[in-house]
Amino acid sequence: MRGVWAVMILLATLLILALAALAGWLGWRRARRVELVSTGHHDRLHSRPVYHGLYVAIWTGVPALLLLLLWVAMQGTVLQALLLASLPPEVVEGLDEPARAVIVNEIITRAAGNALPGEPAPYIIEAVQRLQRWQAMAGMAALALGLAVALAGLAFAWKRLSPGFRARRAVERAFTWAMLVCASIAILTTVGIVLSLIFETLRFFSMVPLTEFLFGLRWEPQIAIRADQVASSGAFGMIPVFAGTLLISAVALLFAVPIGLLSAIYLVEYASSRFRAVAKPLLEFLAGIPTVVYGFFAILTVAPAVKQFGDAIGMPTAPNSALAAGLVMGIMLIPFISSLSDDALAAVPKAMREGSIGLGATRAETIRQVLLPAALPGIMAGVLLATSRAIGETMIVVMAAGIIATLTFNPFEAVTTVTVQIVTLLIGDTEFDNPKTLAAFALGMMLFIITLGLNMLSMYIVRKYREQYD
Amino acid sequence: MTEEDKQAKADESAASAQHEQARQASAGQAPASAAGASASGDGGSTSSGDAAAGAVQRVDWHSPEMLARLRRRHAANRRMKYIGLGAIVLAAALLGILVSSLVNNGTSAFRQTYIALEFDLKPELVNPENMRRGKWRRIVKEGLLRALPEEYRQNRRLARKVLKIVSRSAPYALRDHVMENPQLVGRTISFEVLAADPFDQYNKGIIPAVIGDGEKQRPNPRLGGPELVRAFEILKEQQRVSMPFNWGLFFHADSRLPETAGLAGAIVGSFLTLLVCFVISFPTGILAAIYLEEFAPKNRLTDFIEININNLAAVPSVVFGLLGLALFIGFFGVPRSTPLVGGMVLSLMTLPTIIIATRAALKAVPPSLREAALGVGASHHQMVFHHVLPVAMPGILTGAIIGMAQALGETAPLLLVGMNAFIPDISNMGLTQPATVLPTQIYSWADSPERGFVSRTAAAILVLLGFLVVMNALAIWLRQRYSTKW
Repeated sequence: MRGVWAVMILLATLLILALAALAGWLGWRRARRVELVSTGHHDRLHSRPVYHGLYVAIWTGVPALLLLLLWVAMQGTVLQALLLASLPPEVVEGLDEPARAVIVNEIITRAAGNALPGEPAPYIIEAVQRLQRWQAMAGMAALALGLAVALAGLAFAWKRLSPGFRARRAVERAFTWAMLVCASIAILTTVGIVLSLIFETLRFFSMVPLTEFLFGLRWEPQIAIRADQVASSGAFGMIPVFAGTLLISAVALLFAVPIGLLSAIYLVEYASSRFRAVAKPLLEFLAGIPTVVYGFFAILTVAPAVKQFGDAIGMPTAPNSALAAGLVMGIMLIPFISSLSDDALAAVPKAMREGSIGLGATRAETIRQVLLPAALPGIMAGVLLATSRAIGETMIVVMAAGIIATLTFNPFEAVTTVTVQIVTLLIGDTEFDNPKTLAAFALGMMLFIITLGLNMLSMYIVRKYREQYD
Repeated sequence: MTEEDKQAKADESAASAQHEQARQASAGQAPASAAGASASGDGGSTSSGDAAAGAVQRVDWHSPEMLARLRRRHAANRRMKYIGLGAIVLAAALLGILVSSLVNNGTSAFRQTYIALEFDLKPELVNPENMRRGKWRRIVKEGLLRALPEEYRQNRRLARKVLKIVSRSAPYALRDHVMENPQLVGRTISFEVLAADPFDQYNKGIIPAVIGDGEKQRPNPRLGGPELVRAFEILKEQQRVSMPFNWGLFFHADSRLPETAGLAGAIVGSFLTLLVCFVISFPTGILAAIYLEEFAPKNRLTDFIEININNLAAVPSVVFGLLGLALFIGFFGVPRSTPLVGGMVLSLMTLPTIIIATRAALKAVPPSLREAALGVGASHHQMVFHHVLPVAMPGILTGAIIGMAQALGETAPLLLVGMNAFIPDISNMGLTQPATVLPTQIYSWADSPERGFVSRTAAAILVLLGFLVVMNALAIWLRQRYSTKW
């Protein structure tokens, strides 16, 4: 992918940018001259000179750069197809898709100048040279075409300039479009997530039946290196993995919800403003700690402590017990729950609080009988979001939970989670042609659906009950 | 506690005063005020059911039962307060444990044990024509033996073992030093070499010379036997052992040897990745937010975009890693493990943060400013880009910095796109070269079996937290320095 070709693309980009800047300056100067000699209304500029400049610059730069981007995105695919077609028929005949991909990959790697073990076959050497030639040609073509489009844009825009031309309108329209495109990246991202998950998941289900995945009780995704290996088939039942996820999340929530909620109550109802000024940043700091740090904290401090505790009370405890991972995840969730509950409590109208106290209720009675019922939807929404966070949390469990899927609800044993499996299945692996890696996408799909459902539910609750007291 | 009690007492005396008043009032006429007083109780204790009959039963607020009840209620209030305080104290204590365990383990890695030795650079060993083939291990061994007593030189088994005191990288360090200064060949030079990791740990007091207790006491096997410990103690007595600040932690690349491993590769990788992330997400996020806040018509499309943004902010990060793997690497062919693909994935994750922060900052700009701009003839675009946006910029930058801080700590999606590469050489780093970042480096070190990596990992975390604190402090400073109160 590198070499002559990359240099050409870079050169083309720089040239187009320079041309656009030059064109912008020319357009500005032309309008500026008209403005300076303008005498009355008949030859007055409609738009300020800067808009004339911008208009020309946009027409020069944007289409050409978009073309280059498209070229870069498509070239690899096109060249691969050409390459495959150009291979001698006796080589590719009878090979399935992955085997062809291996050959193409070898050619591409060698063409990029990277060494591979072994002596290449003659047809590969030929293909490597062909590919290098094509890449150089493609680079030249991209450069020439990009510059041609830029000049054409410049000519087109230049011809349209005149004192009465509404350059500002045109430039603002272009800006509006650019903003709309940026805003729709959010949609594109969601679409990208859904599509990439769906495609790989469908491929997974063409190898492993859906019922086995949904209801199977064994999760052993090892894939055979040799065909005659013991237990070569692997088992893909997601029940134990999800049970493990739920167990760890439950431990985390049981730990974090009471502490988070109570600390929010204290901060909102009892704490002096000076105490708040100290405690809030503390909780925010806790919230800003990267999860990999919590993961290291789990293996360094919490897991040994939990093991000691478990052994002391006579429970056989795994070194990477669900309890340890859950507790650390709980610590991570405390500030999250606390700040969401804080918002929910603070959103209860003052009149309700004062009314209750005015009738003689104590603070605690006000909290229990007025504030908590009123803030309950917000708190529930926060707990749902926290659940979604706990299920999707990755680094803590990757470092502190187990890898073997055990179907158990004993928090002193080691369990695995969906995210742990996704990471372990995909680390260091890029071939998407066996059920082992594809299983990670199926799990990711489940994870996405569940967390999306929880988020939607929490948004629905907030929306439904938000304006109850306004 | 005392304040609470005082308040409770005050309440009681108020209650008794009320009681007196009620008694006086009820002496002659209908007890209207008493009825009012009873309403302030919570109903359960006053049998006001026969109020309709006109014979309202008065509450004797001064009675022992009532006072006890009041005390119970205040006690419940205090309990609630102390439970809440306890929750916060517990959270703070957990934070304290976290930080202190990191500091306890990490600070030792900020110093590194060096041993100063004299090396005789005999030309026949150095091989001046091609120094890469010189017998550097032997030179280092002889340097060590020179400093040690006779018995180590006599005993061939011991003489072979002493090399374990210094790092396996020591011969290469010496070689590089001599290759840079070829005039040293043939002379005897004094040079500081790194101690091997077990001796570094021993010198810092992290691992003991003997393990087990009582009968089972035995020399620590990781230190390679009591003779080596004695040799190290001898070197220490000769004042050869020093423990300066460990600049290597910041300026060395990664290594399989804990004593030479450093964070330089990860820091550069993090910087490049964040650069890509910022270049993509900052303009995109601002433009998207301006559109949604200032231009978007209220229709289904914009509603859908908003729901999407809120949802994306809550999608698990590992799913973004899957997206990067399938779409960017699998479909578009972006090279794996590179800052380019990592930054692209992170930019998608940072986008919602920047959009939400920018919208909040735009909302905070007062309408008078907009109306003034429009009033003097600015177009809608000119109003937004010339007047609203500059005023909102500090808020936007604050949001962007916080988004970047989140991206700096993000690990899982980067693991999936392969950014946990082992980079032992930092001379060839670029946007399309394999790289690693700080959090994935922490993950790899935490996974390493060598004891020395525990303190390195903790130290790397302290470095990462340091960067995060600086970024957040910058964000807070920006907010306070440039924010305008309207």
